[in-house]
Amino acid sequence: MKDQRKRGPKPPAAVGKTGHEWDGIEELNTPLPRWWLWLFYATIVWAIGYWVVYPAWPLVATYTHGVFNWHARSAVETALASLRTKRRPMMRRLGAASLQEIASTPELLDFARALGGRAFADNCAPCHGAGGGGARDYPNLTDDDWLWGGKLAQIQQTITHGVRSDDPKGHQGDMPAWGSTLKPVQISTVADYVRSLSGLSVEPGADLAAGKKIFAANCSPCHGPEGKGNQQIGSKNLTDDIWLYGSDKQTLVQTITNGSDDVMPAWGQKLDPVTIKALAVYVWSLGGGEK
Amino acid sequence: MAQARGQVKYMTFGEGGLTIAFSALALLSIVVAAKAYTPGYAFHAYLFAAASVAAVFAIVNRYFERSDKPVPLVIDGKPNYNMGPVKLATVLSVFWGIAAFAVGLWIALELAYPAFNFNIPYIEFGRMRSLHTSAAIFAFGGNILIATSFYVVQRTSRARLAGDLAPWFVVLGYNLFVVIAGTGYLLGITQAKEYAEPEWYADLWLTIVWVTYLLVYLGTIMRRTEPHIYVANWFYLAFIVTIAVLHLGNNPAVPVSIFSPKSYIVWSGVQDAMVQWWYGHNAVGFFLTAGFLGMMYYFIPKRAERPVYSYRLSIIHFWALIFLYIWAGPHHLHYTALPDWTQTLGMTFSVMLWMPSWGGMINGLMTLSGAWDKLRTDPVLRMMVLAVAFYGMSTFEGPVMSIKAVNSLSHYTNWTIGHVHSGTLGWVGFISFGAIYCLVPWLWNRPLYSLRLVGWHFWISTVGIIVYIASMWVGGILQGLMWRAYTNLGFLEYSFVETVQAMHPFYVIRAIGGGLYLIGALVMAYNVWRTVYPRERLVPAVGLAPAA
Repeated sequence: MKDQRKRGPKPPAAVGKTGHEWDGIEELNTPLPRWWLWLFYATIVWAIGYWVVYPAWPLVATYTHGVFNWHARSAVETALASLRTKRRPMMRRLGAASLQEIASTPELLDFARALGGRAFADNCAPCHGAGGGGARDYPNLTDDDWLWGGKLAQIQQTITHGVRSDDPKGHQGDMPAWGSTLKPVQISTVADYVRSLSGLSVEPGADLAAGKKIFAANCSPCHGPEGKGNQQIGSKNLTDDIWLYGSDKQTLVQTITNGSDDVMPAWGQKLDPVTIKALAVYVWSLGGGEK
Repeated sequence: MAQARGQVKYMTFGEGGLTIAFSALALLSIVVAAKAYTPGYAFHAYLFAAASVAAVFAIVNRYFERSDKPVPLVIDGKPNYNMGPVKLATVLSVFWGIAAFAVGLWIALELAYPAFNFNIPYIEFGRMRSLHTSAAIFAFGGNILIATSFYVVQRTSRARLAGDLAPWFVVLGYNLFVVIAGTGYLLGITQAKEYAEPEWYADLWLTIVWVTYLLVYLGTIMRRTEPHIYVANWFYLAFIVTIAVLHLGNNPAVPVSIFSPKSYIVWSGVQDAMVQWWYGHNAVGFFLTAGFLGMMYYFIPKRAERPVYSYRLSIIHFWALIFLYIWAGPHHLHYTALPDWTQTLGMTFSVMLWMPSWGGMINGLMTLSGAWDKLRTDPVLRMMVLAVAFYGMSTFEGPVMSIKAVNSLSHYTNWTIGHVHSGTLGWVGFISFGAIYCLVPWLWNRPLYSLRLVGWHFWISTVGIIVYIASMWVGGILQGLMWRAYTNLGFLEYSFVETVQAMHPFYVIRAIGGGLYLIGALVMAYNVWRTVYPRERLVPAVGLAPAA
């Protein structure tokens, strides 16, 4: 290592050493680099300038407000106000228009979808998914299978008042837990029958005739004699390929045994009517909206 | 043995006092453990009890083993350096480094693939995150700072470390704090202040250890045989003193009971936030910057065998750094309930801090003038020089991010994570690795097992850092832009969950970068292991040759 040092170029000869040495380490007495010093001064000058124009130094009971008289809180209020001003004309039109008018006026529809899409992402997506595709236990909003109706007014009603929520105008009624009424073998039999309604395979030797009888006696009042469901009471259509909880035999047995009483909150308690209107239009426009 | 020779051997004041103190602590810990409100706290009390009993045994055992004369300060006119605690802290820093990087990789994977927490509460992100940061900063960084500061202060003062048992108490006591803090996080014991998570009893213990550290350090400087105090020691001393002040300022708390781990901080609301970030930012400034600058000021000129570039610059940038850093904390609280004037001061002082920070970079890099060719041949020096380059980069990036207009984009995004890691992985990590590669051969008086492996470590970890910080920069700026994007109708363009989704690829890339960094550190651990325990034990002549 020492040989290498001898071969290397020497430090600037003009700069002397300080004369101190610690464990072999010496120090050069190089002056401060000019550019370093000037940049340091420049940042100080800039800081002083900033203090002059912006709130900066605390005083006894107040602080220096700065010549710009800038204040973070009023800056936010100004920004929000300008956003509101920008949206106001369209918000007014949206508030005045009927749901049908919104759906048939492209300009209003675009705006409602923009407002509704934001509201959906912030409030609905946690359960129904970012695109409204739903998940197990949470209905898919992009298809044409509706539990409580897919017309604009019906969607608006459901969003505003919720399902089995604490809003008295919300959709009520649940599926009872049949486990206390029917025997397990009956439940198994009717589960096979329900599967057969949508063409799903049933267990070998399943007594579909008996299942049909049990269904007619217990299930048809709500789900209808053919199992097609009823949007008035939110009973599900059992003849299609769409299953909220799953279509396998075990899940069906579980659903029949324990019933179901899922809740959707009444969003009218949280969101303003214009936003709910926009949400209804947005959900309606996701793919399955009915005229 | 001493008695056998007919001489009377007395316990020193320190030995006797510590034996009594540790016996009392053991007793107290057992009482607390028996009546503790929570199992986690009982576990910690038992840990304290076990450590205290072990300390009593060690002290008494040492008393019987040692000669009856005090350890000489000077042997044959040369200082009798005390390198035992330095060796232990060096090895522990390698161990904790690997642990910190591994936990970091794990939580990076948890962010990319949440299933990695396996629904086990002890390893879910919220707990493991503080384990990672504390293990990296305080366990890895703290141990290498203690090791190098004890080494440097002895060598540059030409004096043996002050204190007999005190240096050992500092190293062992500090690592007990690390274990208490780390296991506490996993058990859910935290006061939820970032980088100050340990609860009141761990804080009290650290206070005792840290004051001892300060006394040992000051004592050694006071018995120096050099006329002047070397610049590295200014930085180490600034680090030790300021961390003590910060720790005491941020942690005053009222425990619910001596039998409960839970306490309440005396500060509240925005004052608490302000004190927290005064602490938090100066943990960066004085732990991760001043302390490691001390390391740089010794190991770079020593390794390069060149004089320090500018003594004047070292004075000016030291005092400027110390004075300005302490103001910068409020830039962590831009656009919050913190008063506007406080935010302004935090921002402007951060910008003025730019050149004082760069003074260290200039002195580090320019010390190599006349020795740049060594970068080709010495990967250890290369590592330390790259550390200084990363230091320069992140101390420029920091002031830029502290400007409110920039901060409104960068705050709460992964850009901050990228910034922190260019400082920690690049600067703190590499300067420490360089110091470890210097220290281990010097301490054990053996040549380093393999310089080639250092080269591998350098390249693997450098690629890892670049992958890491590039992914977090791009991801963070993308995240910030998505949060603020408006449609022409006046609505936010993206929902929050969409911005989370957009981070996934960057989280995966980041985990790859972190994984590479960990591999590099494992290469170092192997190299250190083979240096300390060489296979060729039959040729001691090489190893024992005096280092000139």
